[in-house]
Amino acid sequence: MLTLTSPVETPLHGVRAGVKLAALCGFTVVLFWLKNPISFALAALIPFSMIASGGPVFARHALRMLRPLWPFLVLLALWHWWTDDLAQGATITLRLISAVAAANLVTMTTRLSDMLAVIEVLLAPLARFGLPPRRVALTFALVIRFIPVLAGRLTQITEAFTARSRRKPRWRVLVPATLAALDDADHVAEALRARGGAG
Amino acid sequence: MERNLTHIALFAALVAVLGLVPPIMLGSGVPITAQSLGIMLCGTVLGARKGALAVLVFLALVAVGLPILSGGRGGLGVFAGPSVGFLLGFPIAAFVAGLVMERWTAPVGLAAGVGAALGGVIVLYAFGIPGMAVMLGKTLPEAALLIAAYLPGDAIKVVLAALITRGIAQMRPGALLSRP
Repeated sequence: MLTLTSPVETPLHGVRAGVKLAALCGFTVVLFWLKNPISFALAALIPFSMIASGGPVFARHALRMLRPLWPFLVLLALWHWWTDDLAQGATITLRLISAVAAANLVTMTTRLSDMLAVIEVLLAPLARFGLPPRRVALTFALVIRFIPVLAGRLTQITEAFTARSRRKPRWRVLVPATLAALDDADHVAEALRARGGAG
Repeated sequence: MERNLTHIALFAALVAVLGLVPPIMLGSGVPITAQSLGIMLCGTVLGARKGALAVLVFLALVAVGLPILSGGRGGLGVFAGPSVGFLLGFPIAAFVAGLVMERWTAPVGLAAGVGAALGGVIVLYAFGIPGMAVMLGKTLPEAALLIAAYLPGDAIKVVLAALITRGIAQMRPGALLSRP
C-alpha cells in the first residue's frame, strides 16, 4: 500500500514529525486569524514557496494532491462572482488552498513510520486506561495488511455475481463482503491467540 | 479481547475498501461515495463502541498519510479542506448508529435503517455543515444549501445499510455484534 510521502528528498524530510505538525497547527491558526490583506497574502504564500523549493517533481506531486479541491474552487468562484464579492472570494479561496497545501506538505515530507511514532507518543497517556501502544500499532498494521485482501475479496464476489446474473452487481455484493470482514476478523483473532495474544 | 481488536481493524479496512468503489460525482464537490455507507455499517454491525473505534482507526490512518479516503485522498490536507466536518463526524455517526441498533428492540432492518439515518445523516451533517461553513467562509444556511444535493444519495445509503445489516442477520444470525 503506497503512502502519500514524496520520494523526492527535500530539506523538510529531515525535520522531526512532531515539529512539523506543531508548525502546521500554528500556521493554520495564524492563517485564519490574520485580517490585514498584505500580511495574510504573504503568510498564505509560504507553503507554495516551500513546495516550489522542492523541485518540479515535488511541485507536481503537490499540485496533484490539491486537485480534489477544484469543485470547491469553481463553486467559490461562481458564488462570489454572483454575489459581486470577489475580494472575499479570493481571500477564502487563497486561505483554503494555502491551508490544504501546508497540510499536504507535512504529509509529503513525513514518512509513515515517523507519523505512526507521533501517534504512539500522543496515545501514550492512554496506556494506563488499558490501551497499550503495542495493541494500537498491531491494529494499524492489521488494517494496512487487510485492505488489499478485502479489496481482492470484493472483486472476487463482484466477478462471481457477474458470472451468475445478467444484472449488474450493486449493493448486494456488500453482504458477503461484510461477512468476509467478520470471518477474517475471527480467523485473525484465533491466529493472534495462538501466537500469544495481542497484549 | 483479540476479537475486539481484529473486528475493529477489519472494519476499518472495509471502510477503506469501500472508498475504492468508484464514486458518483455531483455538483458542488463532495462526491457520492460508498464510504459513508461503510461508516453506517460499522455502527450497525459492530455496535456503538467498536464501530466508533473502527472509524477512528480509519481516520488515524488517513491522517497518517494513507490514500484511503474516497478518491484516493489522504494525508493531513483532507482535514484542512471543506469536508473536515464530515470526517470528524464519522466516528460519532457510527457511534449513534450503533447505539440505536443496540438499545432499540425493533426488528433488525428497521433499527438499522433508523440508526443509519440518525447517525449517518442527521448527526453526520450536524458536524459536516458547520465544518463546510467555516472552511468555505459561508453561513450555516448557505452551507446547508450546498449540501442539500447529497441528501437523496444518503437516503439511498440509509436504505442500503438497513438491507445489508438485515441480510447479515438473516444469513448468519450470530454474526451481528450489535445484537448478540
